Amino acid sequence: MATATKKEHKSARPERGGQATLVEAIRQGIWEEMERDPAVFVIGEDVGLYGGAFKVTDGLIDQFGKERVIDTPISEAAIVGAACGAGLMGMRAVAEFQFIDFISAGFDLLTNYAAKCRYRWGANIPAVFRGPCGSGVRSGPFHSLNAESFFLNTAGLKIVEPSTAYDAKGLIKAAIRDPDPVLYFEHKKLYRLPRLREELPADDYIVEIGKARTAREGRDLSIITFGAMVLTALDAAAELEKEGLDVEVIDLRTLAPLDKAAILASVKKTNRAIVLHEASRTGGIGGEIAATIAEEAFEWLDAPVLRLASIDTPVPYSPPLEDYYLPQTKDVLEAARKLAAY
Amino acid sequence: MENLANKTAPRSAGDKNPRRRHRPRPAPFQMRVSTKFAPRRPTDGKPLGCTTETSLKPEQMLDLYRYLKLTRLVEERLVNLYRQTKVVGGVFRSLGQEATAVGSAYALAPQDFVTPLIRDLGAVLVKGIRPREIFAQYMAKAWGPSGGRDLNIHFGDIAKGFIGPISHLGDMIPVMTGVLLAARMQKKRTVAVAYIGDGGMSTGAFHEGLNFAAVQRLPLIVVAEYNHYAYSTPTNLQTSVRDLAEKAASYNIPAHIVDGNDVIACYEVTRWAADFARRGGGAVLIEAKTYRRKGHAEHDDQRYVPSGEIEWWEKNNDPLDRFERHLLEQKIATKNKLEEITADVLREIEEDCAWAESSPMPDPEQAAYGVFDNNIVPPALRPEFLKN
Repeated sequence: MATATKKEHKSARPERGGQATLVEAIRQGIWEEMERDPAVFVIGEDVGLYGGAFKVTDGLIDQFGKERVIDTPISEAAIVGAACGAGLMGMRAVAEFQFIDFISAGFDLLTNYAAKCRYRWGANIPAVFRGPCGSGVRSGPFHSLNAESFFLNTAGLKIVEPSTAYDAKGLIKAAIRDPDPVLYFEHKKLYRLPRLREELPADDYIVEIGKARTAREGRDLSIITFGAMVLTALDAAAELEKEGLDVEVIDLRTLAPLDKAAILASVKKTNRAIVLHEASRTGGIGGEIAATIAEEAFEWLDAPVLRLASIDTPVPYSPPLEDYYLPQTKDVLEAARKLAAY
Repeated sequence: MENLANKTAPRSAGDKNPRRRHRPRPAPFQMRVSTKFAPRRPTDGKPLGCTTETSLKPEQMLDLYRYLKLTRLVEERLVNLYRQTKVVGGVFRSLGQEATAVGSAYALAPQDFVTPLIRDLGAVLVKGIRPREIFAQYMAKAWGPSGGRDLNIHFGDIAKGFIGPISHLGDMIPVMTGVLLAARMQKKRTVAVAYIGDGGMSTGAFHEGLNFAAVQRLPLIVVAEYNHYAYSTPTNLQTSVRDLAEKAASYNIPAHIVDGNDVIACYEVTRWAADFARRGGGAVLIEAKTYRRKGHAEHDDQRYVPSGEIEWWEKNNDPLDRFERHLLEQKIATKNKLEEITADVLREIEEDCAWAESSPMPDPEQAAYGVFDNNIVPPALRPEFLKN
């Protein structure tokens, strides 16, 4: 049994609600869904006894047993394939990629099997594919990926990425209950960030997939972003406020399907837009958002739509290199000032 | 073969090493390839029949004959439709290898699952899919099971235990591990057959899936069809083993080599495997030796096949001829009875083909629906600007 190794304590069941970091919020969400629905199970590498590389699934195996918390070989094809097959049979997998970078090894089954089954023959696959994404943590080219744009061009996959503990819990629950495959990206820099610790409601709640959130209201300029960049945008907005610039920050939360209505409403109000994201600029989600604004809110624009994103390179390891690679608060400040003066 | 695993320390409850005491260790490795039903050269110069070692009842054998005939004649009708340009895509034949799919699928219980590849139409029909669905699929009709969204046997029917494949070979092996994990969690005693070929076994997904199935001791039966060609590539350019069954050694699972053109042998071996798997024995690999007499699809001129090879198989080792000979020689059926079955099959094909031909083509706008559960047109389908 699980107690056979060095591990001496059984992880206690997390509280419902209460003060929680982002990682604790996700864990609460998975735990509550597993209690609510016996069809929900967890599958991935090291998710059982070890509790996952980032401890998202810690304690689940003690509570739900190894039949519902399945440690796999190092095989993303096995993880994704098994989640798909079980989904066809009415089960709901919460499948973990140890790092989102490794999603490439499961790409084929995700894009060709999970995404297309409902369209091809009406067989929906209710599964969540989750894992830590994101750069800025000095992890180099293979542990820092933001993978959303690989999947935006595949119909049939929903993509979410929370930036608050409240949303993290609400979105993981919504993703687990969703009848279709959902990619759930967790920015690893946010997992234990004290700034994101917040009081969660004790009652059951979900955050609807497909709905953006206004992280900060403003009148002069919209920054449309998601994930860890929401914090960068909020920092910049606080700075700009001192200069008399009232910045609105839209946290997309869901990247597919995009909440076009929220994006357009904000831009029509402020008439200026910066799209900010961590993944490389070329082919990134920023292009899609900028094009949408150009197509549907052209008459409301007082300035060009700016994309702020990482440079078109792999994610470098060394701090000075990575800081150069990633958009920083100062880059947002500079862009906002220019745009305001346009 | 020297059994290296036996040289390691035996596992015992009194073992002082806590790692050994608490962690279950795999069974010692042994090469387990059964050749009981492997192809044999006839010694008496007589034409090949089928094995007489069987538990099949006469009526079950006639059932098998019906499915073999149905498979072949449905495909022949598809070729006709193709030549009349009524088939939108390609037609993929299983000519000469029908016995593998039919015999193996027939050994399963109704609650069991199959996931066929393109040359396993026989398994799909055994699982209860009607020819009309196949015809409508090939002709891209609205009444087809995918409503014209996908082709040939790329669909499924969960209630009938049929999960259609995708074109990417090997992917269905990990998918079936999920089906079986789900069955385990749901306390069902389901087994599954996943078909693969000598080409598909070269993919990573195949190995990753079978490895996982073996680790989890899932009741997965992989039927590997050695049909000599993957599109145009012969097996010696695909793998360095002589028998695909040898690959089972990597996963410490039992394997069988079976004469894939002997429908009874295919049934018996799969029956054994299904019993073994259902009892908790874990995964099994069955290699069926057969031969693909047609090209990859109807357009393929088979220039890569040495002359005389196809003709030899057609003359000496056709699965339907062999089974027919067996039924007549063993006095299981009369010639009249077999003709009666054939006439019946033809009638069904006529009816079903007419039904499929009478189906309309899909409504073009249907292309936009069904990506997600909510029937919304996918976002960004057309710029709003054009609507004004």
